[in-house]
Amino acid sequence: MAYSDKLLDHFKNPRNVGTLDKNSTGVGTGLVGAPECGDVMRLQIQVDPETQKITDAKFKTFGCGSAIASSSLATEWLKGKSVDEALAIDNMAIVEELALPPVKIHCSVLAEDAIKGAIKDYQEKNGLEVTVTESAH
Amino acid sequence: MGQRLIYLDNNATTPTDPRAVEAMIPYFYENPGNAASRNHPAGWAAEGAVDTAREQIADLINVDPREIIFTSGATESDNLAIKGVFEMYARKGNHIITATTEHKAVLDACKKVEKKGGEVTYLEVDSEGLISLEALEAAITDKTILVSIMWANNETGVIQPMKEIGEICARHGVLFMSDATQAVGKIPVDPKETGVHLMAFTSHKMYGPKGVGALFVNRKNPRVKVTSQMDGGGHERGMRSGTLNVPGIVGFGKAAEIAKAEMHEDAARLSKLRDKLQNGLLELLEESYVNGSQEHRMPHVTNISFKHVEGEGLMMTFNQNIALSSGSACTSASLEPSYVLVALGLGDDLAHSSLRFSLGRFTTEEDIDATIKQVADGVNHMRELSPIWEMYKEGVDIDAIEWTEH
Repeated sequence: MAYSDKLLDHFKNPRNVGTLDKNSTGVGTGLVGAPECGDVMRLQIQVDPETQKITDAKFKTFGCGSAIASSSLATEWLKGKSVDEALAIDNMAIVEELALPPVKIHCSVLAEDAIKGAIKDYQEKNGLEVTVTESAH
Repeated sequence: MGQRLIYLDNNATTPTDPRAVEAMIPYFYENPGNAASRNHPAGWAAEGAVDTAREQIADLINVDPREIIFTSGATESDNLAIKGVFEMYARKGNHIITATTEHKAVLDACKKVEKKGGEVTYLEVDSEGLISLEALEAAITDKTILVSIMWANNETGVIQPMKEIGEICARHGVLFMSDATQAVGKIPVDPKETGVHLMAFTSHKMYGPKGVGALFVNRKNPRVKVTSQMDGGGHERGMRSGTLNVPGIVGFGKAAEIAKAEMHEDAARLSKLRDKLQNGLLELLEESYVNGSQEHRMPHVTNISFKHVEGEGLMMTFNQNIALSSGSACTSASLEPSYVLVALGLGDDLAHSSLRFSLGRFTTEEDIDATIKQVADGVNHMRELSPIWEMYKEGVDIDAIEWTEH
């Protein structure tokens, strides 16, 4: 299976690897997947309470190259977006950007779920209305 | 790239030994004959070459050349043995015993037999990957016609207690078949001495060409027969029709001759290199575990799980330079991790974290040194990226987390 250059770049030089303080009120954490399934993705966002914009995003992922690239790309896209804009990120956009092969589409689904999980965590923590709809997956 | 690929996937397939390639070449153009053409020199030359190869192969496993049936490979040989015995011995019984860690060629042939009214017992293995002799003996009934247990496992290299299984089968008058694909040509394999009546193996796992394999079928005490699975010209004593792959068979024969001469030396050298690789990785990387028995194991194989790292992702860190396999689901079309490793009692997470290193005749010490370094770097890199590694390091009980299955 040949991977796209973009995917390989995100795999070899993953962006925004790391950990934000999950106890901080401005941080939302999404943890999705399961070790038994071979994928665990943790995606975190730092939200500016004034502007509701995402100022920072970090990830750590246990998984295949496509899972790592999908989460790396997601963090890149999240930075600078408002929470509402972030919620609009669709897994198929990740599939297209990285040219994921069909057997790897679940990696992009996981990334979308991780984004939604992080936003939901942030909203719940801050007593905001939860605008995350259940993911379609 | 320029750099030579380090090939540690010899359980998938071996490079064809240049000496085998050389032996094959005259049988493409110079000697074009069909081994079944009995009336001209081209046919005689082909037949002679096949006879020689049959002797070389028989000699490697210490059987009569007439007991070698050529096929297209081990998958066909497994199918022919299992389905062929099921049909041939239908009057005697319909029960087959095998193990959960067998190759898919055996398991799926057994599934087909079940659809046709057969009954199959799948023996479990212990954490070492070994079947229980007591469980085997207890599973034998008066309907049992065949026990099919692989000689050595493709993923772990674990060698089953063949002689003891042979004794049990002999005591109960049951045929004993073995998929010996990973063992023949690498360690001494003597089906007669072991009590094996049918044995599948293939050329391309022992430095011969792909596309040719064999089934050993015992001729005397007992005389074993299998029902052919393909209709045609009645080649191979009626058990396997189809024009013989003469160049392939010649290469297979040459590979068998070389294996007989060099197997012991190869095994001694490779087990040292394998141990160096295994010990090097275990020393450098905490939370690494060898899968399967280390005592009853092929000399050139080690299967290691690196906890909290996913195998396919790990392989991507070095797969431009090193070729090997993972028990992770993601390397295959299915999303299930290796059923062989799961059968050993590994959790799915450890099965996803495994790499199989299978060395071969052309592996060098430099290859091993480079592999230790690149795999260790890869594991460390992937652990830096792994949220479960971080949790583990923080002392979080990972098993207590409610994961979202997807």
